[in-house]
Amino acid sequence: MLDLVWLLPLVPLLPLAGAALLGLRGRQWSRGEVNLVGVGSAGLSFGAAIAAAVTFFQLPLTEIPWKFDYFTWLEAGRFQVQASFYLDQLSLLMMLVVTGVGFLIHVYSIGYMHHEGGYYRFFAYLNLFMFFMLLLVLAGNYVLLFVGWEGVGLCSYLLIGFYFLRESASNAGKKAFIVNRIGDFGFTLALLLIFWTFGSLEYTNVFAGASVMPAEPGDWSQAGVLTAISLLLFTGAIGKSAQLPLYVWLPDAMEGPTPVSALIHAATMVAAGVYMVARSNILFAHAPFALATVAVIGCLTAYFPATIALVQNDIKRVLAYSTVSQLGYMFLGLGAGAFAAGIFHLMTHAFFKALLFLGAGSVIHAMNGQQDIRKMGGLWPKIRATAATFWIAALAIAGAPLFSGFFSKDEILWQTFTSPTLRIGKLLWLLGLIAATMTAFYMFRLVFLTFHGEGRYTPETAKHIHESPRTMTRPLIVLALLSVVGGWVGIPAALGERVHIPNYLEHFLEPVFAGANQLRPAAMPHAHSEELGFMGLTTLLALAGFAVAYSFYIRNPELANQLAHTFRALYQVLVNKYYVDEIYHAVIVRPMHWLSDRVFWQAFDVGIVDGAVNGAAARAQEMGAWLRRWQSGNTRSYGTWVALGALAALTYFLFGQP
Amino acid sequence: MGADVILFFFFGGLAVLGALSLVIQRHPIHSALSLILVMASLAVLYLLLGAEFIAAIQIIVYAGAIMVLFVFVIMLLNAGEEEQTNLSRVTRYIGLPVATALLAEMGWLLYRAWPGDVGVVPDRLVGRTSAVGHMLFKEYVLPFELTSVVILIAIIGAIVLAKKEL
Amino acid sequence: MVPVSYYLVLSAVLFGLGVIGFLVKRNIITIFMCIELMLNAVNLAFVAFAHAWEALSGHIYVFFVIVIAAAEAAVGLAIIIVIFRNRGSLNVERINFLKW
Repeated sequence: MLDLVWLLPLVPLLPLAGAALLGLRGRQWSRGEVNLVGVGSAGLSFGAAIAAAVTFFQLPLTEIPWKFDYFTWLEAGRFQVQASFYLDQLSLLMMLVVTGVGFLIHVYSIGYMHHEGGYYRFFAYLNLFMFFMLLLVLAGNYVLLFVGWEGVGLCSYLLIGFYFLRESASNAGKKAFIVNRIGDFGFTLALLLIFWTFGSLEYTNVFAGASVMPAEPGDWSQAGVLTAISLLLFTGAIGKSAQLPLYVWLPDAMEGPTPVSALIHAATMVAAGVYMVARSNILFAHAPFALATVAVIGCLTAYFPATIALVQNDIKRVLAYSTVSQLGYMFLGLGAGAFAAGIFHLMTHAFFKALLFLGAGSVIHAMNGQQDIRKMGGLWPKIRATAATFWIAALAIAGAPLFSGFFSKDEILWQTFTSPTLRIGKLLWLLGLIAATMTAFYMFRLVFLTFHGEGRYTPETAKHIHESPRTMTRPLIVLALLSVVGGWVGIPAALGERVHIPNYLEHFLEPVFAGANQLRPAAMPHAHSEELGFMGLTTLLALAGFAVAYSFYIRNPELANQLAHTFRALYQVLVNKYYVDEIYHAVIVRPMHWLSDRVFWQAFDVGIVDGAVNGAAARAQEMGAWLRRWQSGNTRSYGTWVALGALAALTYFLFGQP
Repeated sequence: MGADVILFFFFGGLAVLGALSLVIQRHPIHSALSLILVMASLAVLYLLLGAEFIAAIQIIVYAGAIMVLFVFVIMLLNAGEEEQTNLSRVTRYIGLPVATALLAEMGWLLYRAWPGDVGVVPDRLVGRTSAVGHMLFKEYVLPFELTSVVILIAIIGAIVLAKKEL
Repeated sequence: MVPVSYYLVLSAVLFGLGVIGFLVKRNIITIFMCIELMLNAVNLAFVAFAHAWEALSGHIYVFFVIVIAAAEAAVGLAIIIVIFRNRGSLNVERINFLKW
């Protein structure tokens, strides 16, 4: 029997070993050796994860969630943090997604990065990322989670700025890290509050403590400590998972190599925030105000970036804004109290978004580096495998029936509409619905402009177009398969009862969210037909989006440009992403620069600190200069002083003695 | 009033006058001659105190050799009358008062220390040459030998320093 | 009979005059002579004490003072000669090397 005690740590530690070996020795290795270590460790990690899953399913129910304290990591008085792993259904799911999708992306990178320099460095960073992400997911307390949290932020910086000689890339890396940091500040405050409230940061202690506390009122003026903790935890998620207003780093993060965008910014790292909120469901369930905030921000994040994606022309940018938007959906689901639905969408999104990014990478690879979709077109006959898998992913994200995205997204929208806790659930639903329509539109706009219609590329590029090697297309195919069947584990009851297929995922995750669900007021029962009606509505609207995209970009290519011209102002605002970056720069960055330059540097550092130090030195010098004038070299004056001293001494001994 | 008293006051006064002259005179040669007068007076006072050997040494060595050396140097350098520069402000204002105060204090101290009952009796101690010689070669033989080294060093130093070319 | 303290006071007076001369005069040689005056005053004090305490060692000290004064005078005057050669003046205020 395999024992999880030693098996589970293998999952994160194998990539760590890979990263260490590659970091230390990789420079001297050949491509093949790097592949063996880098991709091999990811593969072995995935294998270990599968073995752990099998072992998990054989555990008796009383032992779940499985927890083991390996050693005491930090200790300071009452404060104690263990190095502990925590395996329940949620972390098992996350672990499988991370290792699985991660492994596929590692394989893909063999082909994609073949021409690039720094090959070993890429895989070292990628392995390091896997380690930290797995640490995050498997952690048994908030501190270890935070270690993983920060670690993936670090790897994100390293990988976004992988082409560090390019200024835009290194700037993007810095931006990602700094914006994340802002959220992390809130997260750290949350950690402090958690410790202050519960006396420990271990999951078991915190959740047990929280479950016996009363739920807090939804009115924010009467909110208590649990609301505060939840909101602060969520600010960390806002940074890490690119929600409004801290999403600005994610589009810029497209500077990194495409596999990085796929793994980190689509499939896994940005999902860390979602995972964290889901993990803390007990805390959030006690704080309805926090949950409502999560839902509202999630909804807005789903909506506005989708509007930006409508008019972007870089293939990766469209996908970046799409990622932000889909993350918003996940948080919307969580905020509506449907934690399982949010996680479900996380999983399906990992599949089809990774596929989209990898497919985009394949297109860019074929187009010899070109990323502007206005210069593409008509690629379908030339790169069939890429195009076909891309179509599948597009269908999935748009919510075509029976594809994975259909089930997860509709579940979220339905739960939002019928949520007993959200008072504005119906409004949020409406916005979500519009965003879904836009999603369908901009995805197929992307598809049509890239693969169909007339080719708008230069003749030199034409010579270069070729299908990607098998190391790249095979992962695409696997992901495409997952994008289709991945949703079938979460078929809602409305559809499934007819064919006797239960909602496996919801049952599977039920123990994790049991505490939160208990606090949820009973929802009004809705007929299954109503749910089916909603599904039909969303499908219809998705179809409408598809049709509009078709007419704009296949039938009537000029129509889009004419519209853009007619609504010039609106178009400009959208293309320039609502000028958010510029606003941030003016309102935050420049004042900070001014503050740093004028106040902290000139006034404080130069004026006060240097002034004090130099001033002390100057005073000493002045005193020295004054003192040395006493050394006149004039013997007579010296003699006088001697006589004076003698007189003083003599006087003292004569008269001064008591 | 015994002869010793008269002698004391006479030669003591002479010494003081010589010292005053040393300080007041403007030309160094006059100061040198005044110093010789002081030394001669002191020799007499030594005799009054019974220090025969020392008195003789004073005349022979001090007044006879050292002061001659001084006179020679004054002659050699042809130093004229002293310039009346006064660059040191300290000395100008407090030099003299301080020195005078020092003098007064010392005098008073030494006067008070011996309230007049111990008198100078000529026969109390006679510093004969033989007696001094005995002491020199018995208890103080080491410093005595060392002084020869000192003098040797002084000779070498003086010659080397004053040479025109080394 | 002359009290011993009179000799001591005389010694003090001579010493004090030596100090005054040292401070007031500007010619190096004269200043040097004032130093010799001070040494003489001290010699007088030694001899007076030797007489008062019937200790012959006082005379020995005087002997050594004279010897050392001789050596010092020789070397000192040699130095003064050198300084005069370099500076051309015997005014002590013109010889101000010992400064910043």
